[in-house]
Amino acid sequence: MTFATILGLGQTALELALFNALTVLALFLSYSMLNVCDLSTDGCFTLGAVVGAVTAIAGHPWLSLPAAMGAGMLSGLVTAVLQTRMGVNSLLAGIIVNTGLYSVNIWIMGGSSLLNMNKTQTVFTLLKGALKGSPLGAQYSLIIGLIAVTAVIVFLALFLRTRLGLAIRATGDNPDMVRSSSINPVFTTTVGLCISNSFTALSGCLLAQSQKSVDINIGQGMVTVALASLLIGGVFMGRRSIPLRAVGAVIGAFVFRMVYTVALRFNLPAFMLKLISSIIVVIAISGPYLKGQAPLMRRKLAAKLGKAGMKRC
Amino acid sequence: MLKLNHVKKTFHPGTSDARVALDDVTLHVRKGDFISIIGANGAGKSTLFNAVCGSFFVDEGSVLLDGQDVTMAPEHRRAKVIGRLFQDPMRGSAPAMSIEENLVLAAGQGGWLSTAGKREKQALRERLALLDMGLEDRMKQPVGLLSGGQRQALTLMMATLSMPKILLLDEHTAALDPGTAEKVLELTTRIVAENKLTCLMITHNMQSALDLGNRTIMMDRGRIVFDTEGEARAKLTVEDLLEKFREASGRKLDNDRMLLA
Repeated sequence: MTFATILGLGQTALELALFNALTVLALFLSYSMLNVCDLSTDGCFTLGAVVGAVTAIAGHPWLSLPAAMGAGMLSGLVTAVLQTRMGVNSLLAGIIVNTGLYSVNIWIMGGSSLLNMNKTQTVFTLLKGALKGSPLGAQYSLIIGLIAVTAVIVFLALFLRTRLGLAIRATGDNPDMVRSSSINPVFTTTVGLCISNSFTALSGCLLAQSQKSVDINIGQGMVTVALASLLIGGVFMGRRSIPLRAVGAVIGAFVFRMVYTVALRFNLPAFMLKLISSIIVVIAISGPYLKGQAPLMRRKLAAKLGKAGMKRC
Repeated sequence: MLKLNHVKKTFHPGTSDARVALDDVTLHVRKGDFISIIGANGAGKSTLFNAVCGSFFVDEGSVLLDGQDVTMAPEHRRAKVIGRLFQDPMRGSAPAMSIEENLVLAAGQGGWLSTAGKREKQALRERLALLDMGLEDRMKQPVGLLSGGQRQALTLMMATLSMPKILLLDEHTAALDPGTAEKVLELTTRIVAENKLTCLMITHNMQSALDLGNRTIMMDRGRIVFDTEGEARAKLTVEDLLEKFREASGRKLDNDRMLLA
């Protein structure tokens, strides 16, 4: 493997990581801050990809970004209304929306499950054209990813400092406190989910446009992949300030991509990605739990062995 | 200030578990009143607070807060004029957020998208220094690191920051050790007096029920069975209170349970 290949692989991994990082940041808001595990993420990611693609194909490359984000917001709104106003369990609300979105997505694609954007003007082709001949000519994907991720991190860092942001964090941190305070948890949950889903949709929109195609399965397993990245990021940043933790989420997305890229180089088939992400999530969540249980287990084991020893005497 | 008119609440109505938690309760609280509320477990003291706060809607009767009928107003709307402390010190603040962030949130000034400026933070810091617990030097630390007493004192500060019209204290010192409980109680009386707050306090400590405030009410099985203030109250002893309870309820009071604070 030449140095250039490694660099190329690294760059591809970085680009993909940046597009996925937007979903990781969405989960940073919904999962880490609001304490809601939003299982509509997969469907919302695809929704963003589909809406973005259809808008771009219709000849509005710039409009595709806000259109995707708006669609994501709408999806988040439905998830939020289900769990805050209609008595649906929060996990179930996500699953229901996710399932429903499958049909919606195909419907938006006009009944097909695949859209091609090979000849479509997208934000990527626009920037590629604009940068033609400049030293950064080949980096247009990277630039778009960096701009989007930076914008979202800056937004989150500023937003989570506002009173609304603090209220959203408090809703996730101590729901009892918020319920008996003047903050309406229905409102904070709704706003939080709308914003996070708009990021998820933007993430899908950019990935689809960079790949120049979208198929109905583009978002499958996204929630697990993003959660794995988020938890990896948590290892780097721990309990630091909000902006640093958001950066950590992006680093997590990159590390996850690198692990995956390396695994592929070792001839691991591509379809193993989802299993890897599942295992990473299990390790990241169960690891600390089992670590806490270890002393007790050791004592139990010692007690058992001790008893056996006594019997032998 | 606060008026409850013939308030009734039954839990699990129509089932074999049906229980009348508030039975035709009428209570008029005047501005500046500091009322201590006593009664055995299950007498309806906390339920009374829940009815005032809107944790549930009452079955019958009405709740008036500061002249406004809030019987059907949602909890978060009423919370703007009500400060409430629970027995559990963990319940009133967000552990992963810093002391400063908790205070900013509780102060509730400015619009949703505003942030607290330097001056506001400094003012909050000065308010917190009044607690005399050294918390003002730990503004950036997460609240989860504080002890139960410190957290309850912080919650008290947070509950009174936005100048509520009425403060509801639900055995707010019961989970603290005696020394800390005394300190938090002292802070409570000071803050209530300084801000001229109207206050209702549930307590199991009969002595402090008589010592604090200007009026004492006793509840039993969802009813207010005894209401005293002024001279009559000044002459009361703990023994008298126990006697009153026996009279009112027609049964002997589990006085150990009541006297143990």
